[in-house]
Amino acid sequence: MFLIRCPYCGEAREEQEFSYAGEAFIQRPPLTCSDEEWGDYLFKRKNIKGVTTEQWLHSAGCRRIFVMERNNVTYEILSIYTFESKRGAA
Amino acid sequence: MKRLAPQAHERIDRSKTYQFTWQGESYYAYAGDTLASALLANGIDVVGRSFKYGRKRGILAAGVEEPNALVTLESGGYEVPNARATEIELYDQLNAKAASGIPSLRFDLRAALKPFHKFMVAGFYYKTFKWPQKLWPHYEHYLRQLAGFSEVPQQADAEHYDHQYQFVDVAVVGGGAAGLSAALTAAQSGASVLVIDERAELGGELSSEFASSAEAQQWFSSTKQALEQMPNVRILKRSTAFALHDFNLLLVIERRQDHVSLKQRNEKQSRQRQHRVRAKQVILATGSHERPLLFANNDLPGVLMASAMRRYLNEFAVLCGDKPVLAGNNDSIYALAEDLVKRAGVKPVVLDMRVGYDASRLIAAGIDVRQGYTILKASGSNRVEQVSIAKVYYDGKLWSASAATETLDCDVVATSGGFNPLVHLDCHTGSKPLFSNALQAFLPACDKPARISAGSVNGHSDWQACVQDGAYAAHQILGRLEKSVAPTTVKPELKLLNVAPFFCPTHQRNKIFIDMQNDVKASDIELAIRENYRSIEHIKRYTAMGFGTDQGKIGNVLGIALAAQLLNRSIPEVGTTTFRPMYTPVTMGALAGEEVGLLFDPQRFTPIHASHVARGAEFEVVGQWMRPWYFPKAIEHLYDAQSAEDLHTAVQRECLAVRNSVGVMDASTLGKIDIQGPDVREFLARVYTNAWAKLAPGKCRYGVMCDENGMIIDDGVTACLSDTHFVMTTTTGGAARIYNHLETWLQTEWPALKVYLTSVTDHWSTTAIVGPKARRVIEKLCSDIDFNAKAFPFMDWREGTVAGVPARVMRISFSGELSYEINVPANYGRYIWEQVMEAGKEFDITPYGTETMHVLRAEKGYIIVGQDTDGSLSPYDANMGWAVSLTKPYPFLGQRALTRSDTVRTDRKQLVGLLPHDAQKVLPEGTQLVNAIEDKAMIGHVTSSYLSPILGRSIAMAVVKAGLSRMGNTIYAKTVGGETIPVTIADSVFYDTAKEKLDGEV
Repeated sequence: MFLIRCPYCGEAREEQEFSYAGEAFIQRPPLTCSDEEWGDYLFKRKNIKGVTTEQWLHSAGCRRIFVMERNNVTYEILSIYTFESKRGAA
Repeated sequence: MKRLAPQAHERIDRSKTYQFTWQGESYYAYAGDTLASALLANGIDVVGRSFKYGRKRGILAAGVEEPNALVTLESGGYEVPNARATEIELYDQLNAKAASGIPSLRFDLRAALKPFHKFMVAGFYYKTFKWPQKLWPHYEHYLRQLAGFSEVPQQADAEHYDHQYQFVDVAVVGGGAAGLSAALTAAQSGASVLVIDERAELGGELSSEFASSAEAQQWFSSTKQALEQMPNVRILKRSTAFALHDFNLLLVIERRQDHVSLKQRNEKQSRQRQHRVRAKQVILATGSHERPLLFANNDLPGVLMASAMRRYLNEFAVLCGDKPVLAGNNDSIYALAEDLVKRAGVKPVVLDMRVGYDASRLIAAGIDVRQGYTILKASGSNRVEQVSIAKVYYDGKLWSASAATETLDCDVVATSGGFNPLVHLDCHTGSKPLFSNALQAFLPACDKPARISAGSVNGHSDWQACVQDGAYAAHQILGRLEKSVAPTTVKPELKLLNVAPFFCPTHQRNKIFIDMQNDVKASDIELAIRENYRSIEHIKRYTAMGFGTDQGKIGNVLGIALAAQLLNRSIPEVGTTTFRPMYTPVTMGALAGEEVGLLFDPQRFTPIHASHVARGAEFEVVGQWMRPWYFPKAIEHLYDAQSAEDLHTAVQRECLAVRNSVGVMDASTLGKIDIQGPDVREFLARVYTNAWAKLAPGKCRYGVMCDENGMIIDDGVTACLSDTHFVMTTTTGGAARIYNHLETWLQTEWPALKVYLTSVTDHWSTTAIVGPKARRVIEKLCSDIDFNAKAFPFMDWREGTVAGVPARVMRISFSGELSYEINVPANYGRYIWEQVMEAGKEFDITPYGTETMHVLRAEKGYIIVGQDTDGSLSPYDANMGWAVSLTKPYPFLGQRALTRSDTVRTDRKQLVGLLPHDAQKVLPEGTQLVNAIEDKAMIGHVTSSYLSPILGRSIAMAVVKAGLSRMGNTIYAKTVGGETIPVTIADSVFYDTAKEKLDGEV
């Protein structure tokens, strides 16, 4: 069970307060994309063994979604950051 | 077997005598006894029958590792199945019976099958009862009855349970020498410390030393006292840490009332509590369990662990036998021998497999010490009466026994085959224990962050070293916590018990038990290996070694050692099986905590609920909400008898009332999301399929929401309050999901949109007045809104005062009738409802529930998302192409998907109406549809089906392949019951197709 530090609340809280919200940084293709590209966007996920980049929602807290990089083999959380900080850095 | 004269450090309180019942007979023992010590003190040898062979079994251990003494404790709502007698603290009037014995403890059928036992090897059932395979469930039913222990309790648990969260700097598992020492060192630095110990009193195995070491007693008392006085220390006694998860989530079960007699239990207090501990650092001072020596008939009552015999002697003043034989392969047995001489004046025969231990003191005291000897076989009927012993030799790799045997008379055999450190918790997160040849034991790897082990779990055997190791471990973790620490201590040296390598005598026809609880014998392990099972995980599953409530605490390491010997591999090469939570069995109730009964799932009530109850409504649960289902009226019969309408009659009446006069419905449960910000219109245009750019304040619009796959996920009406303020309604069950969906898009894909969402579902109460006379009712309550049909047209909303309460009145309809939905702040909800009832009296206003609502909407072909749609229906499939705008500047969610090759197929399942040829036949919902009577290929299914009172006939909605282009065709519904019902495909709007009723009475 993770102990997750919500970047908005600034506190480490029980995993029970959060919910997984899918792979992060999936690019939404334009309307002009092919059926195949749209299908990939909708259904294909990387399913990495190792370091994954995920969206997590602080569902029983501030209800904000943030990014969590973690190793799904060792359960190590490598980093947690907001989309805003990512955009700021880019 | 007897109770000795008072001992200096005994745990029992002889001033309090408790009566208890065992197997229906009454016995007495003292406060402080466990059920096991009480049974031993009363001379009861046989406490159970074995799992498979029905063999007589006695108490083997003194703690949590006990495999044999499983009992059914109490009965009725207090029944505890498979409780371990060694852990049950005796209370007055305790009632227990053996968990085994078919039909009884005295006579077990399975034991009577002895001539067949040689066939009942591992895998026997699967091999024997395999043909014909289809009969296996039949065999299984009977075999299951022959196996197992306690029956499942038949009554609901009379007690309750709760959870508590703990956040501490340091959690110490184990209150023995190492744990207490670690806790004290940690606490002295100012860290918050939680000490968890499974016994009623702290001390662990250290308590067994008090009798022989005043120094141990003194250290314990002062340490305990110091800890108890520190405000930053919390001590949980009678508490077992049963799981250690990642990020140091330590799960602990605290037995708060199990030791209290049933009469004295406090009903207001939970019986057990689950502590969910988050510790910055965990110190595992879990200790170790002794393992037995192996020999034939090692399961006879009277054969027990040396450490257990010592505990019964020192802590409970119970002597397990007058003529003991002590056998061991390490130094620890000599301590028991000394205690026996000193406390009970009994002279045991001591057999040591090894040679060289200096036992001159014991020999001088007249004890028969035989080094280089061990037991090959025990015999006896109800308990052990004799052992045959032989000289053994070790050639550096294997043991061999001399053919010459000697027989000793005895009445108890205590053995020690070394110690198994309790590595379980450390292994729960995937660490593998490491084997030490010097200790002949698996040690915890402790290779995960923020934890450390201390004491006998690290292989320490003397209490002084454990104390030192505890302090050392605490120093290590305090450094990590950046707490100031006292001068460092050094890691203590391991004082070896010189445990000899594993030995299992040849058994021929004798049974040598590896796992007593599951009746796994040495020969079963051999068989598994002969049948080419190589992995210890496979050997375990084939033989059932380490299954059951004790999870192999006593036997697993022996099984591993035996497998290693037979496979000619080293013990670490064979490795251990996987340690998984729970460490010990945990009550279901403690896992559930308070989330049972009404608290299992929240129930939500509308502000009007009390009025519905008063009117006798029947309720149904819709997305946690308790919604009125229908309002049955009382029916008067002759002779004053009364009954209530059934669903059908009530719905018939409610439907006609709405169609012909006026009805009222509680619509408070619909999800409501308040949306504000300069970009609201753009946001709505992106999440709904239709256009929102031009909706003026004061107007409402129906919207269909799709996912990115182009399939309908929700629908509802959104009202425009101003250019920057809208209120969206969602389906009752979808409220939370849709709110999440919208937030996700705002936060991840469209952070530039200036839009804020607030869930206001509970803030508003909605009373819908529905029917041709609706206007007449609302006009009586509200004078500041012009309700003229032209001034306040369909799909408009107005702000006004209804019965003195500020309200938003929306003219929207889910029935095709004139309808006003009065939204008021929730606290006025019930007042408004009653005002409407009062105002509507002259029109015989009829409250109606969800069932009538469903019939009315189906008559108009309005869909219910989740009933008529199932995640595979696009707006086009639902015949709602009118609600799709493909010309918006930013494509709406799902727009791209609507042009995918699969989505544009013309033979997709489409939503249509069905009219059964037999107008009184109501199709069961979910019924499959086929093209021709003889067809089996289904072309769709019924999604909604009702008897329409206003039409006087049955109607249905269904999805049918290419249904929209097949109007008027006859297809067939095939019911589960085998009926084939002809139906005609029709438009899904069955009633008032010209929409003449929308304005009500003019």
